[in-house]
Amino acid sequence: MNFSAARAVTAIGGEAVTVAGERALCDPRGTLFFPDLSLLAVSDLHLEKGSSFARRGALIPPYDTAATLARLETVIADYQPRIVVSLGDSFHDGKGAERLHPDFRLRLGELMTGRDWFWIAGNHDPEAPADLPGETVLELAVGAVLFRHEPSKLRVEGEIAGHLHPCARIVQRGRSVRRRCFAGDGTRLIMPAFGAYTGSLNVLDRAYQGLFRRETLMAYMLGAERVFAISGAMLRPG
Amino acid sequence: MTAEPRLADEPALLPEPFTRWFAAKGWAPRAHQLELLANARAGRSMLLIAPTGAGKTLAGFLPSLTELAGRPRRRPGERPRGVHTLYISPLKALAVDIERNLGKPVEEIGLPISIETRTGDTPAHKRQRQKLAPPDILLTTPEQLALLIASNGADRFFEDLRYIVLDELHSLVTSKRGHLLALGLARLRSFVPDLTAIGLSATVAEPDELRRWLVPQPPGAAPMAGLITVAGGAKPDIAILDSRARVPWSGHSARYAIPEIYEAIRRHKMTLLFVNTRSQAELLFQELWRANEDALPIALHHGSLEVGQRRRVEQAMADNALSAIVATSTLDLGIDWGDVDLVVHVGAPKGASRLAQRIGRANHRMDEPSKAILIPANRFEVLECRAALDANYLGAQDTPPLLAGTLDVLAQHVLGSACAAPFDADQLYAEIRTAAPYAELTRETFDRVVDFVATGGYALRSYERYARIRRTKEGLWRVTHPRIAQQYRLNVGTIVEMPELNVRYVRQGRGMAGRGGPVLGKIEEYFAETLRPGDNFLFAGKILHFEGIRENECIVSNGSGANIIVPSYAGGKFPLSTYLAEQVRAMLADPERWQNLPEQVAEWLAMQKLRSVLPKKGDMLVETFPKGNRHYMVCYPFEGRLAHQTLGMLLTRRLERANARPLGFVATDYSLAVWALDDMGALFRKKQPSLAELFDEDMLGDDLDAWLNDSWMLKRTFRNCAVIAGLIEKRFPGQEKSGRQVTVSADLIYDVLRSHEPDHILLQATRSDAAAGLLDVSRLGALLSRIRGRIVHKVLDRISPLAVPVMLEIGKEPVNGGANESLLMEAADLVEEAMGPR
Repeated sequence: MNFSAARAVTAIGGEAVTVAGERALCDPRGTLFFPDLSLLAVSDLHLEKGSSFARRGALIPPYDTAATLARLETVIADYQPRIVVSLGDSFHDGKGAERLHPDFRLRLGELMTGRDWFWIAGNHDPEAPADLPGETVLELAVGAVLFRHEPSKLRVEGEIAGHLHPCARIVQRGRSVRRRCFAGDGTRLIMPAFGAYTGSLNVLDRAYQGLFRRETLMAYMLGAERVFAISGAMLRPG
Repeated sequence: MTAEPRLADEPALLPEPFTRWFAAKGWAPRAHQLELLANARAGRSMLLIAPTGAGKTLAGFLPSLTELAGRPRRRPGERPRGVHTLYISPLKALAVDIERNLGKPVEEIGLPISIETRTGDTPAHKRQRQKLAPPDILLTTPEQLALLIASNGADRFFEDLRYIVLDELHSLVTSKRGHLLALGLARLRSFVPDLTAIGLSATVAEPDELRRWLVPQPPGAAPMAGLITVAGGAKPDIAILDSRARVPWSGHSARYAIPEIYEAIRRHKMTLLFVNTRSQAELLFQELWRANEDALPIALHHGSLEVGQRRRVEQAMADNALSAIVATSTLDLGIDWGDVDLVVHVGAPKGASRLAQRIGRANHRMDEPSKAILIPANRFEVLECRAALDANYLGAQDTPPLLAGTLDVLAQHVLGSACAAPFDADQLYAEIRTAAPYAELTRETFDRVVDFVATGGYALRSYERYARIRRTKEGLWRVTHPRIAQQYRLNVGTIVEMPELNVRYVRQGRGMAGRGGPVLGKIEEYFAETLRPGDNFLFAGKILHFEGIRENECIVSNGSGANIIVPSYAGGKFPLSTYLAEQVRAMLADPERWQNLPEQVAEWLAMQKLRSVLPKKGDMLVETFPKGNRHYMVCYPFEGRLAHQTLGMLLTRRLERANARPLGFVATDYSLAVWALDDMGALFRKKQPSLAELFDEDMLGDDLDAWLNDSWMLKRTFRNCAVIAGLIEKRFPGQEKSGRQVTVSADLIYDVLRSHEPDHILLQATRSDAAAGLLDVSRLGALLSRIRGRIVHKVLDRISPLAVPVMLEIGKEPVNGGANESLLMEAADLVEEAMGPR
């Protein structure tokens, strides 16, 4: 298992990190895999965001759930994890799971079969999703790490959170490049949003204040085929 | 003003108070004014083409003024009258200006006519009052017209409408605003079928297109409005600066000519200096002040400056208080201010018609010659200026052809129609087809647009329950919720701005904590993002010190020093017109014509002839040569920067497939350079591939599609289309605070839609927009077919004289492509290097 995961690592172009001593791999598609735990974490799927907007008159294409699911399927196929943790805001709103098209419900069910699946409660979806298996929890401790949706204001060793949708920006040769990213300082890691319609917020924004030690902050920026580790000193706001 | 012979039927046309007024002024009405009056009063829609200074505006309003003068007074108890005449202008400022200019004769003749403007700046209470008690003449913009016809009771508001006057029609019709206006005009005609339209225009290449635009187009016929053409006045006196200094090979600053420009300013009362981009305006302004030993009042005017600042410059101009104004296209249109006696055009004009209009700014008396100097910024621009100059004398026109109406604008109009009142699809379709840009619209496309407005028009029909418009039992389409109409009103219009930041000035040394000082104007977000705190940049004629970005503001203080950055702006770069390009090619091929060129330029061409070849008029030259450790290919299509960029993108794809290992390319208006690791010249000789294969027209098929789909240009176009079509909302100042996580970005929507429904109507609209505008695909297509069998390959052992300008551009412009990833890689490698092996 570990061996095959390690092979996947090189093929996928991920970046190895450690959080509270636990080895993990940041995947360029925005997921986090713990080979020793055979655990895949994915954050802020925001499924059914399109239909959530449509309810309010913005008829954006209804294909975001399909796109997000398709990507999730390939990641799960690559890693074959025993445990999947969806780090909250799995649905864009409380009624999202109800609006899920039957085909997508079926596909999601297939993904969940044969593995432990945890829905961490998020601010968008505090309740368990309607008619879906898996266990809904507020937070989850596995090994040395603790999964929860919103990062706590206290300094918590080994916390893996989502919620903030981090992205990072660098300027190189007079050109600006902004990408979603994992943001971590060795103690805590905040995951990028995975959903097809999810935007992002710069890690230097005020919302992240007090979450990281600035000296050791790293942004793992998502490239097309690999993850780029950029030190906090090189990052730009905005 | 000149006295013209009075026409026999004049008294019948012009009521007595008018003739008295003309006489009191010592003027006589001009023939074209009377001709327009007679035709329009008889109910015939007309197009008046006249140069500036011909009394166009008065001509346009005479039918309304005379009719209103003869109208009986409203009796007590009679209902208030609706708007009699609607005047539409592309610029808010123009509407305000007309109010001032028209108010004068109305007051002096003593006419009981009310004239009011209605623009985005009009306060809500005044708009409300205008709806209850409309003025006789309403001066407004296309966006405001769209809002008026989308409101309840639009039919009653316009029931007394007699005339619609469309000013600067030539500039309105070539944009999406023109499409919106055409649809608005069709709607007005459904209220008042005998509405008379009067179009006012500068000279255009195809007047018939505008004539059709002005009248309803029935199926199967193409009737036209009447045409009155006023011949140009005295021939302008135009010279190309024959500089004592060396004309540079490349660049756009024309810095070499500053002493000569300054001398010209000193010798004239008021000089208007036109440049092509806002960056050039900032640079030229800075250089002129450096040379300004006499402290002449020289001002700057461009579209990014704060409005108050622009109004002050305009006022100073009207008061003749300035010696010179450096301006971009914001001053292009027919605003009459001050006594300009010299126009200086810095940089090539890019089109003969544009040059003619800009020169028309000087000296608004059409019977005196305008005086102008052209300042080419580099050697190719010398050729271009010469060609434009020849064209202006010949009266050649190269205004762009009109394009079919776009579907995003149509979607906006369909929603607006439903906001006004429930509509019948058959009726609306018939009405829309009377608008010239939509005369060819098929019923199928129309139905798809209606479907898009209703539920998004997706193949996955999951939004039925969220429909914005829905069919009633009677078969009429009706808005489902008042909120939809509200959203429509907030998002009306076709001008989608690039995200911009206010430039706010704070006192030096206060840094980001400084309290807010004045706003100097706006810069584009993507430029601000590349600045580092401490950088100095040029804006609003000042050197500014960048402090940082706070919310939607760019905070600056006084700056100084060397290494000053000039902001680049996405808009405002006009490509070389097809017509001028052809003239330049002809000039290159004909050494006889070099006599008219400055000596150093003629020498340059002679040297090219010696070292390489000068292509014949119909041929395209391709040169290949090594330089450093790379191999270069330079070709000279002269089709404008946009078409060349598209060509460069497609050629590099092909060269990659041929294993030539291309590294990058750079395009100018005149030529294109591609560089590679392999010797392309050798590959062409071995026919692997041959040049004919490389430049084959089939590149416009799959290669174009494949590249297009990933291009940032298409994403930007999609964003514009999506906003105009009402799929996503405009960004309003202050909304940015809500943060990037909340809104859905157009890029993400584009990616999802493209992979799941590539034939969606909005993607179709996007692709045809991009093909016409950003990519100049049609022009590239014409080039590829023009050069078939006419490519001349010259193998050189070193760079040719003609290749120098484009080679000097290398490194100045970012090389597009997968470059973002390599920038990230570079940054990551830097980190790795600093942190040692991990």
